[in-house]
Amino acid sequence: MSQSYDRGLIEDFGRWREFSAGMWAWILHKFTGWVLIGYLFMHIAVLSTAIDAASGDPATYTDTIQGLESLLVVRVLEIGLLATAVFHILNGVRLLMVDLGVGLEAQDKSFYASLVVTGGIVVASVPTFLGGGVV
Amino acid sequence: MSTEQDEPTAETTTDADEAPAQTPGDRRREEKQARMQVTERERAEAAAAADETVQLKVFRFDPEVPEKEEPRFDDFHVPYVQGMTVLDALIYARDEFDSSLTFRHSCRQAVCGSDALFINGSQRLACKTQLSALDAPVRVEPLPHQDVVKDLVVDMEHFYDQMEAVEPYMQSEEFPEGELEEQRQSPENREKIKMSTRCIWCGACMSSCNIAAGDNEYLGPAAINKAYRFAMDEREEDDIKEHRMRIMEQEHGVWRCQTQFSCTEVCPKDIPLTEHIQELKREAVKSNLKFW
Repeated sequence: MSQSYDRGLIEDFGRWREFSAGMWAWILHKFTGWVLIGYLFMHIAVLSTAIDAASGDPATYTDTIQGLESLLVVRVLEIGLLATAVFHILNGVRLLMVDLGVGLEAQDKSFYASLVVTGGIVVASVPTFLGGGVV
Repeated sequence: MSTEQDEPTAETTTDADEAPAQTPGDRRREEKQARMQVTERERAEAAAAADETVQLKVFRFDPEVPEKEEPRFDDFHVPYVQGMTVLDALIYARDEFDSSLTFRHSCRQAVCGSDALFINGSQRLACKTQLSALDAPVRVEPLPHQDVVKDLVVDMEHFYDQMEAVEPYMQSEEFPEGELEEQRQSPENREKIKMSTRCIWCGACMSSCNIAAGDNEYLGPAAINKAYRFAMDEREEDDIKEHRMRIMEQEHGVWRCQTQFSCTEVCPKDIPLTEHIQELKREAVKSNLKFW
C-alpha cells in the first residue's frame, strides 16, 4: 500500500434522507437541548432586567411582559418553545427507557410516538397562545 | 448459483459411461467437469436470456496507477438473474468487464464478514443483499470512515486493533477437577450471550457509527459487543469480569455510545449492539456506584 484515500465523514446533512429514526432522535435531541439552554439564559437575562429590585416597582415587570406578549412573533416563538420542550421531555423519557434497557426493539416507534404527541400538544396549544387579547 | 440442483443430472451422465479402470479421483474430476459445464452453459444462457441489466455504480480508486489516483465512479451493466446478490454482480463485473476491479469476498454466505460495503448509502454485506431489494442504479462504495486502499478495499487495521483491545478470548484460570471435566455453561447464560457470539468482524457497525467516526479512541460497537460476550459469560471468574469492566468503563469505552442505533440497524447478523452497550453501561454504573 503506497497510500490510502480518506473519504472523510460521510454523515453530512446531504444524506439526511437516509438517516434512521435513531439518528433523527439524536439530532433533534441535541438541537432541542441547545435551544433550551439558549432560552434559559435569555429567560434569566430578560427577567433580571425586568425586575427592578432597587425601586421595587412591579410596573416594570408588567410592562416588559405585556410589551413582549403584544408582539405576534413572541407568541409564535412561545409555541416553538413549547414544541422544543415537549419533544425534549418525551425523547428524554425514551432515552431513559433505552438506558434502562426497556423496549429497545421499539425505539424507533417510541421516537415517532414522541413526535406525534409533541405535534398534538403543540396544535392543541395554538388557541391558548394566539387567541385572546393581551394578557 | 444452482450447482446443487444440477448435480443429479451430472451424476447420471457420468455413471452411464463409467469405465471399469476409473479411479475415484478421475470420477470426481469428471463429475466436476460436467457440473462446471452445466453451470457455465446455464450462466451463458441466463446472461443471454436476461432482458434486464442492473446498473452498478462502483467506486474506483488505485493509488498505484497515476491515471487512477483520482477517485471516480465506474458504471457496470450486469445482466440480472433471479436471486442475484450485489456480490454476484460485482464478481460478474470483475470477471467479464474489468479484471482490475478489487473487492474482498470469500464465503459468499454472510459468515466470513469480508464483503461489508457501503451499498446505496448503507453498510451491508454484499453477499447478503439482493439486487431486487435495491433501487437502481446500485451505488457501491467502500466502507466509510476507513481509509480506502484500493477500489472497494478498506484498511481494517484500526478496527482489528479495537477488537483486540478488549481481549477477545477466554481468560478463565479455574478449571474443573478431573482430566476430562468440562467447563459448563448454563443454557440460560448461553442464551444471554447467544446473539453477541454471532459477530463476524465485518466492520459494518463501526463504519456506521457517527461517534467512532469522530473519535478514533472509541472502541466501537463491535469491540464492545465482543467484550459483552466475555464479560457476561458465567464461566469466567468475577475478577476477570472486573478487569473487563475496567476496560469498558473508560472514557472512550461504553460511555461514548450515544444510542443512535446506527450499528444495530446495519448489523448483518442482527446483533442488538446498542442493547449490549447499554447493558455494559449499567454494569459499569453498578460496579462504581456505592451507597455507604
